Amino acid sequence: MRDVYIIGVGSTRYGELWDMSLRELASEAGLKALMDAGIKAEEIDALYGANTSAGQFIDQEHIAALISDYSGISELGIPAVRIEAGAASGGAALNQAYLAVKSGQYDTVVVGGVEKMTDVPSEVANEIIGGSLDAEWETFFGVTEASIAAMIAKRHEYDERVKREHYAVFPVISHKHASMNPSSHFKNVIKLEDVINASPVAEPLTVYDTAPLSDGASAIVITADKKKIKESENPIKVKASTMANDFLSLHDRKKIDSFKAVNKSVKESLKQSGLNLSNIDGYEIHDSYSIGSLIQMEEIFGKEAIKMVENDEYYFNSSHPLNVSGGLKAHGNPLGAVGLYQAIEATIQLRGKAGERQIKGSKNMLIHNMGGLGTTSVTTILGVE
Amino acid sequence: MSEVPRFWRESKHRYRLVGTRCENCGNLYFPPRDICPTCRRESINKMKEEELSGEGEVYSYTVVHDGLEQFKMQVPYIIAIIKTKEGPLITGQIVDCNPENVKIGSQVKSTLRKVRTEGKSGIIQYGYKFILK
Repeated sequence: MRDVYIIGVGSTRYGELWDMSLRELASEAGLKALMDAGIKAEEIDALYGANTSAGQFIDQEHIAALISDYSGISELGIPAVRIEAGAASGGAALNQAYLAVKSGQYDTVVVGGVEKMTDVPSEVANEIIGGSLDAEWETFFGVTEASIAAMIAKRHEYDERVKREHYAVFPVISHKHASMNPSSHFKNVIKLEDVINASPVAEPLTVYDTAPLSDGASAIVITADKKKIKESENPIKVKASTMANDFLSLHDRKKIDSFKAVNKSVKESLKQSGLNLSNIDGYEIHDSYSIGSLIQMEEIFGKEAIKMVENDEYYFNSSHPLNVSGGLKAHGNPLGAVGLYQAIEATIQLRGKAGERQIKGSKNMLIHNMGGLGTTSVTTILGVE
Repeated sequence: MSEVPRFWRESKHRYRLVGTRCENCGNLYFPPRDICPTCRRESINKMKEEELSGEGEVYSYTVVHDGLEQFKMQVPYIIAIIKTKEGPLITGQIVDCNPENVKIGSQVKSTLRKVRTEGKSGIIQYGYKFILK
């Protein structure tokens, strides 16, 4: 089968962007991606739009049609479809687009993700984010997504003798990296004590253990067209793209402090790419909650993940650079867009254009996008030849 | 927008903790399911309703400070996953106690309470909550 490459990327700034609407965000990211790829709208075969919950955030469904329309490409009749898989929508859209191009059905596809979250008050946003859980048997009783993360943390501390510091450190790492990324929501550096002592959200988690509500959009152009790949200055190969799923609710899983689906999708991506973990130079994972970061790394590295915390191995200039973008925690968390920003960060790193946060000699990056806490798992491996 | 039928459908299961047991493998499920995730098609027409005792212990819990819109008058409130005596894990609130008294392993039993209201004049939705034994 033919190879698929990323030839263009584009993103808005992430943050509380009150002066920008969803359609403006999406078209800015899409246009930037096309300009970066050096292609015109006529050369696009399809548009895949990722979005988690615009129906609730801004009363708008039919998002892909809207994005296509306001990006000015409606006259071309290009097929546009929205992909939704909770906060894994971006990764899932990338996966679907990749399969369509890999199969030969399409040659060149734009994948864009967008979320406009700050038009509603935070209690309402909590309710909408909770939409990724079970409405009848979790949120009905007052369960928030943060409370699910907190219960994973409590049980993990109890069963595995994990300490608070072992996961409170992940936001510290993300903030450090975000301070070096110009498109970040937050640019302040924080300390471990700040995380532990901040105002509680769902004990033991504080506001610093959780990713913010952000607005933003990100888009990429993928192709299998040989001419376009040849003409591209820095084509980045999609070496693997795999998905896996688990039970929707935590209470239905045999072990609540593990993410079985993550283990499966990461293993399958490594197999598909023919690589092993020693070939991976950097990781972007779904750090919507600090404890989620630790569990994802444990699913990838096993017990080593905690030693890697203790040895400070997750910083950009260390042995296992993690969330060098700043992650969802500090670069920002516009739900449907984040899976695509992960791919953009990996592309920037692999092009060697990440400035002061550049991972030296980066050849392969593994990115992991997640819906709910371990419910939907999408792994992508990007690399240079 | 009325949500009456949506809540009416689940009222039996929520009022009396009615789950389903797969007569093929013997596993008990709560919330109720029409298909057993272990036996899949072998379980069709073999899922039988069964009432749980409501007794169990705290498997994990948290104190929620940043709650849902509907529950903001209750903040801080306790959310827990209860390991029932019969096996299934159930997610719900623990009420009528000081959060400091809740620990993993604490013994609890279920109780029927008001859970939420549909707007100012809408129906009141009831369901299970848990109290310490």
